[in-house]
Amino acid sequence: MKTNTLKLIKYQLRDVMRSRWVIFYLAFFILVTDALFRFGGSGDRVILSLMNVVLLVIPLVSIMLGTMYVYNSREYTELMLSQPVKRGEMFSALFAGLMLPLSVTVAAGIALPFIWNGVLISHLAALGYLIGTAIILTTIFSALAFMIALLTEDKIKGLGLAVVMWLFFAVIYDGLILVVIYMFSDYPLQQPVLVMSMLNPLDLARIALLIEFEASTLMGFTGALFQRFLGSTGGLLTIAGVLMLWISLPLAWGARRFVSKDF
Amino acid sequence: MIQIEHISKSFGKLDVLRGLDLSISPHEVTAVLGPNGAGKTTLIKSMLGLVKPDSGHITINGKRINGDASYRSGIGYMPQNARYPDNLTVQEIIDMVRDVRGNPEDTDEELFHAFNLKTELGKKFKTLSGGNRQKVSAVLAFLFRPPVVFLDEPSAGLDPVSSSCLKDKIAREKSNGKTIILTSHIMSEIQELADKVVYILDGLIHFEMTVTELLETTGERTLERAIARKMKGAA
Repeated sequence: MKTNTLKLIKYQLRDVMRSRWVIFYLAFFILVTDALFRFGGSGDRVILSLMNVVLLVIPLVSIMLGTMYVYNSREYTELMLSQPVKRGEMFSALFAGLMLPLSVTVAAGIALPFIWNGVLISHLAALGYLIGTAIILTTIFSALAFMIALLTEDKIKGLGLAVVMWLFFAVIYDGLILVVIYMFSDYPLQQPVLVMSMLNPLDLARIALLIEFEASTLMGFTGALFQRFLGSTGGLLTIAGVLMLWISLPLAWGARRFVSKDF
Repeated sequence: MIQIEHISKSFGKLDVLRGLDLSISPHEVTAVLGPNGAGKTTLIKSMLGLVKPDSGHITINGKRINGDASYRSGIGYMPQNARYPDNLTVQEIIDMVRDVRGNPEDTDEELFHAFNLKTELGKKFKTLSGGNRQKVSAVLAFLFRPPVVFLDEPSAGLDPVSSSCLKDKIAREKSNGKTIILTSHIMSEIQELADKVVYILDGLIHFEMTVTELLETTGERTLERAIARKMKGAA
């Protein structure tokens, strides 16, 4: 009986689609994408530039909004759980109520300017790939947001943790890899570094995009490693698998916690 | 009939309920009283399955609470502060709860009309005043004619007219055979509505008496005085 989930999602989507942050988020992607076209970019160049925006902004927005969303839904969650609704159903509804609107917003915000600039069809594959990666990142960082918000009841602490986690994956982690490479430069590092970059979903997404767009000059050390060791297809498949783990593990933990927790 | 057997619950180092036993008779209004932080809300939330007791059992209408959700279709609940999704209208909130309850035909809209909520139906939840939020929440507690109703501080934030509407409703539903459990800090309200008073102190039942018994044994005229005397006698 998962039907309660669908019923709840229907109302939550109505709620979220009317909220201001969705409109801002949509406007942001439309403006950025359109601006990139205006500054003389061809479709290919716009996609490459968007890649960096996607890698930076989506994890930040998903994890921050997501953490806020879970805290703000607390009373609502409590009320629905006092109805004949199972905890698992409520958890799925809450997650979908965050992840679906965020994904749709990103997809629409990126795709719309391609439509009115008349290059949608010619760039369909690359655009689809970019949007797909964007949605995977949205899902991963929404899942991490659920994890954080279920870890601590303290909203300020939770939001702080969300910022730190984003900083860690987006900035600090690359620094750490560099430090490791520098410190152990006398040793063969390919495999350890390969494993290290698997532990960062953002790195993985970046590498996946770079392999696909064959922007090897931008690929950096880890990207080149992936391609050399696994080949393009093997590398991509490995990345896809690990990214799925990055979705399912935090979600599984969150769901378990949600089911056993006190409200 | 609600049977609570020896439930304990602690939050970290704080023992909120310490092996509390209680049986709540059907077709009566039972008031759960006690100082702030005595464990009233935790007790109610345990019965709703929102809080999972560390030990002990709760049986409601012959069904033991074990994580299954279906028994809650027989319960109406009005929490201390209700907050639904901000951008849903009152109508949508009512529809949503109706949906998860399987859209029963026969609903009780008495309170909805008594509160005159029709004018609020199209308004978003976030624009409602505190009192109107409470009203929506009260309407939902009774809407599906549940045999058991929990009311946590029902009249907090309600204006006198609405508050007396709600009290009338509680009295009527009691005579319709509903089992009602309420908490309140307003003793006159409890005296008016409740058959039985359960007083919780430090996570245990301190005493459990009918309102008449309580007044008679203490020789006081109001419930407030009677409880004050009883507590003084205990100390």
